[in-house]
Amino acid sequence: MSRLYVARNPRVAARSLDGEMMIMSGRDSTLFTLNKTATILWQSADGTTPLDEIVELRICQEFEVEPAEALHDAETLARELASHDIIQISEEPIPQRNPTAGDSR
Amino acid sequence: MPELTAEVERLSLVIAIGDMPVRVNTTDPLFLDILQDRYAGFLGSNERAEIEFDVDVTPPVYPVPDIGVRVTQRLGRWSLQAGDFLAEWEPASRTGRIRQTANPYSIDAVLRIVHTLVLARQGGFLAHSASAIRNGKAFLFAGVSGAGKTTIARLAPPDVTLLTDEISYVRKQDAGYIAYGTPFTGELAKLGENVSAPLAALYLLAQGSENRIDPIAPGEAARSLLANLLFFAEDEELVQSTFHSAVEFVSRVPVSRLTFVPDSRVWELIG
Repeated sequence: MSRLYVARNPRVAARSLDGEMMIMSGRDSTLFTLNKTATILWQSADGTTPLDEIVELRICQEFEVEPAEALHDAETLARELASHDIIQISEEPIPQRNPTAGDSR
Repeated sequence: MPELTAEVERLSLVIAIGDMPVRVNTTDPLFLDILQDRYAGFLGSNERAEIEFDVDVTPPVYPVPDIGVRVTQRLGRWSLQAGDFLAEWEPASRTGRIRQTANPYSIDAVLRIVHTLVLARQGGFLAHSASAIRNGKAFLFAGVSGAGKTTIARLAPPDVTLLTDEISYVRKQDAGYIAYGTPFTGELAKLGENVSAPLAALYLLAQGSENRIDPIAPGEAARSLLANLLFFAEDEELVQSTFHSAVEFVSRVPVSRLTFVPDSRVWELIG
């Protein structure tokens, strides 16, 4: 089975406010507020860590959830975020110019 | 052979809103009169201007095309377009040109847009909110149409200086923010005072059965502020700047929800 890689889109603006991650698409000015799982996914989306590793090391550590179920949910979430151009997904590692997690400024 | 051309006198005035003087040049004396009347109290010295617009006053066209506002940037030149005006502005040269009929509304829209573009790069903004000064401090009252901006402005007691009942002007300065008076009016149809003061608080308006102030979470504050900002540009970099400006603002300025009944006692809670 191929692995999935996720990377933050450098063209969106992101800030954490009192633990709440807010993201604005520069393309269409849409504002997103990420829940805890989506925030972990966003912060871990460095383009080189496979999604299953993110799920195993970050999401399953944070929430009491079965790895297979968590991976399925994470893939669904990743595709949804990608549909809004917030992250990129690929079956190959995604080179990032600025892979630092967290706020984009 | 007789001279067939004549030198046309160029007339000009300076409209100074938010400490940013904009010189407007025209050859139409009627249009100049319109501007002098529209921006009374916001006219600056003719010697100093940060931006200069030449206005080509065109004959009326009916009906006015309903195409909405488009603000785009290409190669350092902004294009501002709506059914009733066409404008260009180049920040590097600080000059621009506006084509419109002799009316005060089109140039008003151009000025609002240009101010939002300038402020967005400086951490400031224009917002759909009333604002006022009391005891040397400025307060913003934000909300969508019908939330009570004009009502709160109308209820202000005599010791309150009204900055606007519709569009507030906020400039970032050092660690804080300054609110300025604007000539941009709402239903009150009364120009704000051309003064400024350090901004002390932003209130998100809600009408209810009692007067009360409730704290709100930073995330909700940022979302509400963003929903009330004037923003026109189709420009990724500027969208990002505006987002960061809003987040920065709610991190530095207290933001609360002000629920009020429409009578003057609400002002007992302000200042």
